[in-house]
Amino acid sequence: MTNTTPEPRPTGAEPDTPAPLGSGATRAGARAGHLLELRGVGKRFGNVIALDDVSTSVDAGEVTCVLGDNGAGKSTFIKILAGVHANDSGEYLVEGAPVHFHSPRQALDRGIATVYQDLAVVPLMSVWRNFFLGSEPRKGRGPFARLDITRARDTARRALLDMGIDLRDVEQPVGTLSGGERQCVAIARAVHFGAKVLILDEPTAALGVKQAGTVLRYIARARDRGLGVVFITHNPHHAHPVGDRFLLLNRGRSQGSYTKDEITLAELTRQMAGGAELEALAHELHSGAKA
Amino acid sequence: MTTTPPSKPAPTPSPTPAPPAETSGGAAPGPAGAGDERVSPVNLAHRLLVRPELGSLIGAVLVMVFFSVVADGFFTAAGAATWLDDSATLGIMAVAVALLMIGGEFDLSAGVMTASTALITAMLATRAGWSVWPALAVSLLFALAVGALNGWLVVRTGLPSFIITLGTFLALQGLNLGVTRHVTNSVQVSGMRATDGYESAGRFFASTMAVAGTEIQVSVLWWLLLAALATWVLARTRFGNWIYAVGGAPVSARNVGVPVDRTKIVLFMSTAAAGWLVGSINILRYTSVQANQGIGLEFQYIIAAVIGGCLLTGGYGSAIGAALGALIFGMARQGIVYAKWNSDWFQLFLGVMLLAAVLVNNSFRRRAERSRR
Repeated sequence: MTNTTPEPRPTGAEPDTPAPLGSGATRAGARAGHLLELRGVGKRFGNVIALDDVSTSVDAGEVTCVLGDNGAGKSTFIKILAGVHANDSGEYLVEGAPVHFHSPRQALDRGIATVYQDLAVVPLMSVWRNFFLGSEPRKGRGPFARLDITRARDTARRALLDMGIDLRDVEQPVGTLSGGERQCVAIARAVHFGAKVLILDEPTAALGVKQAGTVLRYIARARDRGLGVVFITHNPHHAHPVGDRFLLLNRGRSQGSYTKDEITLAELTRQMAGGAELEALAHELHSGAKA
Repeated sequence: MTTTPPSKPAPTPSPTPAPPAETSGGAAPGPAGAGDERVSPVNLAHRLLVRPELGSLIGAVLVMVFFSVVADGFFTAAGAATWLDDSATLGIMAVAVALLMIGGEFDLSAGVMTASTALITAMLATRAGWSVWPALAVSLLFALAVGALNGWLVVRTGLPSFIITLGTFLALQGLNLGVTRHVTNSVQVSGMRATDGYESAGRFFASTMAVAGTEIQVSVLWWLLLAALATWVLARTRFGNWIYAVGGAPVSARNVGVPVDRTKIVLFMSTAAAGWLVGSINILRYTSVQANQGIGLEFQYIIAAVIGGCLLTGGYGSAIGAALGALIFGMARQGIVYAKWNSDWFQLFLGVMLLAAVLVNNSFRRRAERSRR
């Protein structure tokens, strides 16, 4: 990783305040500058409380990391942001105005793009065809309308290059790309089609160390272009270098919300790992090995 | 939601290792550094190998050479007219079925559709005294309606199209026999020659052209035209892009805004329309139609499409390949006649050909989507 220190870059209306984000709800009324904001959001499925009283915010040119173990409520969290589920309680605000999304399309229309783990790519189709799938550039009229292949290819190549993805051949099937590269194509596609907020669902899970590094670099790249990024992960080592804010989820509840200067990697790791629980486990394993 | 299994750190994604010196035109080196995340240079051989129709092209050349050697009169103008004629109607259907298969669906009712449309045209023209042209228009509407019904049922229920179209296949088969027997008290409709508009319609669907001293059926022209059109649609239009997408990954396609249902319904309708074209060619050429015609042909269409490189799972294939698959079919069927062998051998040939095609396609497909997931 190269880009670990946050550089000066276009941020929201207001400079970062060191206040914990948990208090965001109280001061958010004063500033309409948050790209996205959740205030005390909750979601139930029947009698299962999937998410309860979670607050955070996302600003332009910043990365908000959502960390949590399996079952912590990360998926529900994303789905509320992406418009798949509507929240039962609390408020969801986009650019200061409360919203109630009923479909992902509505979220997308507000510039909230989600890159899921399956990436919405068709493996057997070429990179440029995937890039423009559903929004193909065309030339000609009526029955002679046809794909503007030269433009599509060039635009795809350029958009990928702008994100720092240098593909030799946009004609190759997406299936031939590595997992990291595929993530990057999906990210570049979302950026190209005007996303203001990019929600990334565990983009580095299942990737090798080096490929995860590549994806993190593209996340930083998207951030530097002024997008707000929501980065869902369970790996603090991936979150800490690129994140500006950290929301820790545990069993559907917010376990803490920090800005970058409030928490060290070590502390983040300790919190993620369940803190004292892990220490006890380490102790147990250690003495077990001796015995 | 799927989770990708851990990736292997293998550095080269493609079958042939990359000479790292090779750089792509104008592209700056990626931030990841040169070489490692890069794809090997794509040479011509590799480009050809990933084309779905390559196998059928090689197959067609081999079959042609084989029968030219063993069968007298096969590789002559008259011989070519014979096997092209045999391939043409099959080829028209194979091209349409190939598009549908690339879109991830099957149509088992395609074979019987050729009989249903011919029967409707013939009954309206001979029994109701209509002119041939309006009769053709009505049978086309019928075909489009059945195609739309097939498509609508498939996208609406999410059931495999194999089952849905098996249902319409059986239903049409029963209708063909039942209605024909009810109207004519026999199982065939004939007498097209005496109908109004037979001459003018015949010019479009069943005339011949003199080429190189022999008469070539106009159906051959339709076949080439449709193969070219389908290839253009697949490669150069937005709809073609959608066909690949709905067959390759329907959920992903829907997520990025592709109208999956509409695309599939249009594909079913175009397959039915191709069935109408073949039915019209047949009725105007032979002037009579049997009610049980077309049964079993649906598998020939699918076989031709598969020989032509279509994956049974959808998302991959080629219209040219399907046209070549039909050509192989026609050449083998007529070649066996020219070689004066028993036609029983044709089925053996067909089986071997199909197996070979599937094996070859499978390995090509793996090459094309070679993945480091």
